[in-house]
Amino acid sequence: MSFSDKSDKRAVERLLDGASEPEILAAHSVTNVGPQPASGVEHTLRRTDVDVESAKRAERQVAMFFGLAALSFIGFVVAFFAIPKDKTVYLPVIGDTSASNAALGLAMGLGALLIGMGAIHWAKKLMSDVELVQERHEIKPDADTRASAMAQIAEGGLESGLGHRKVLRRSLIGAMALFPLPLILPLLDLGPRPTGQLKHTLWSKGMPIVVDVTYQKIRPEDIPVGGLVDAVPAVLPSVEEATHNLNDRAKAAIILVRMRPGEIRSQQGPNWDYEGILAYSKICTHVGCPTSLYEQRTHHLLCPCHQSTFDLADSGKVVFGPAARRMPQLAITVDAEGYLVARGDFAQPVGPSFWERTS
Amino acid sequence: MKFLAARRRHPAVALLLLLGTLVAVTAAWAGISASTSNAAAAYGNDQTQVTKGQQLYAEGCATCHGVHAQGTQNAPSLIGVGAAAVQFQVSTGRMPLANLGSQAARGPVTYTPQEISDLAAFVATLGPGPAIPAAADVNGWTTADRTLGGELFRTNCSQCHNFAGRGGALTNGKWAPSLMHATPTQIWEAMLTGPQSMPVFGDATITPTDKQAIIRHIMELRTDSNPGGLELGRFGPVTEGLWGWVVGIGVLLLLSVWIGARVR
Repeated sequence: MSFSDKSDKRAVERLLDGASEPEILAAHSVTNVGPQPASGVEHTLRRTDVDVESAKRAERQVAMFFGLAALSFIGFVVAFFAIPKDKTVYLPVIGDTSASNAALGLAMGLGALLIGMGAIHWAKKLMSDVELVQERHEIKPDADTRASAMAQIAEGGLESGLGHRKVLRRSLIGAMALFPLPLILPLLDLGPRPTGQLKHTLWSKGMPIVVDVTYQKIRPEDIPVGGLVDAVPAVLPSVEEATHNLNDRAKAAIILVRMRPGEIRSQQGPNWDYEGILAYSKICTHVGCPTSLYEQRTHHLLCPCHQSTFDLADSGKVVFGPAARRMPQLAITVDAEGYLVARGDFAQPVGPSFWERTS
Repeated sequence: MKFLAARRRHPAVALLLLLGTLVAVTAAWAGISASTSNAAAAYGNDQTQVTKGQQLYAEGCATCHGVHAQGTQNAPSLIGVGAAAVQFQVSTGRMPLANLGSQAARGPVTYTPQEISDLAAFVATLGPGPAIPAAADVNGWTTADRTLGGELFRTNCSQCHNFAGRGGALTNGKWAPSLMHATPTQIWEAMLTGPQSMPVFGDATITPTDKQAIIRHIMELRTDSNPGGLELGRFGPVTEGLWGWVVGIGVLLLLSVWIGARVR
């Protein structure tokens, strides 16, 4: 059943040494181990099996693939040092692109491809391609083995005393039941739990509204009907300077839109607009993407992430998409100098829902 | 009176009467039209342009926008939209509208630049609206601050027009067009007038300096190189995924067919 017979062993070795077709078939039947030649399948010989010249040609082709792969890798090294990193080159279809990236990618990819092609060519033309069949034994063990295994389990139960020593069994169950506690309890320490910071933003009574990026104050007459302004609280730049993060921007960003007062069908509070200028949060109530895809004709605000659509003329209610809550509105007015200011913080938390939300 | 009565059948009388009538009518017309030409002058247009524009309007626009530009159920009123809106819509080929749909698309331009400025001059007389930006203002983009432009673009424009200005989808079949073809003047006019779904970005909040910076960013987006190779429309994961699945996996499939093929 194994390679104990020396003649069998030799037959197998010849398999690896360019043996002829009948010899290969004979070797397999002699050893009677592993896969056997498939019966009922007619094996056709390849040109490389019968023609020495053809086999030599195939060998040269494989060697050529490997040689070209080596050249590619040398080309990679040359390109790495020779091509300046900031040089761009025009390639058809692709357009202007980095010369270094293009050369390195091509050289490495071509080299890997050539090695693969050489290996496949080798396998297809020169390695043995005899059709073989390998039988698999049944997975299910025989009746004796199964009976013996069950007997061992029963014997183990009896010897351990798990069946009749009740105190031992119960105390073990008790210990195992409490075992998950030390694993679960530390999860309570995972970072600060949300407290007030999700419910409050930088907006407060009298906080000037400024244009994002340029931080200039806004007068009502600066916004034409149909206009859109991406705005933030005036205090934001100094807060960002102090905190070195964008957390407050992520909550306080708003958009100002202006419509004809007659076009506003409803608001989240009485006269929260200022002469048709409405301020809404820019943060989607679904998962918190910035939404300022505002269509001035329909007054719809679209979120680019999941297509939630809010109607800003109708108190920011959801008209489409997965968002569950309307877009929070910020009440605004003007200060003594005529600049737009907030009348207070948002009346409800902005952005996506969270467990501790009450409204 | 005897002098006139005696000569009233003189051959020259008919000629003189004709001349007199002509002078009187011309004088009256000049008086009447003085008011309209003053209005035109207020928007920097001369009367012949307005008259030509009015003619063009009656021929090409009045069917949808109404004889008095008051708007119909198919088209908005043009009173107060300003010359900038007309120049944007007509010079991008969006107007005259090819067919009624969710939105007008950029297309072949129907009118000559002269005709467009005539039309714009006429519509400007209908009511005050944004004027065509001065060439000197628009051309300031070449020396504008691109860093500022990039920041403003990403804050105000990229949500609809894509971070690389390649455009994107809106609701109900509407879309934000690609910015790769618009001229600097057209980009300026679009910000100023808010065509179709686009909101207005007025000069008070996005100042002319800001607009120049945004335009410079857009113009240079067009010529930016692609360090990673194919730009695939710069739409992000959608086209990249499609490319990966169709081209990448397609090539792998062909390779596996070759690997599995029998040789002779």
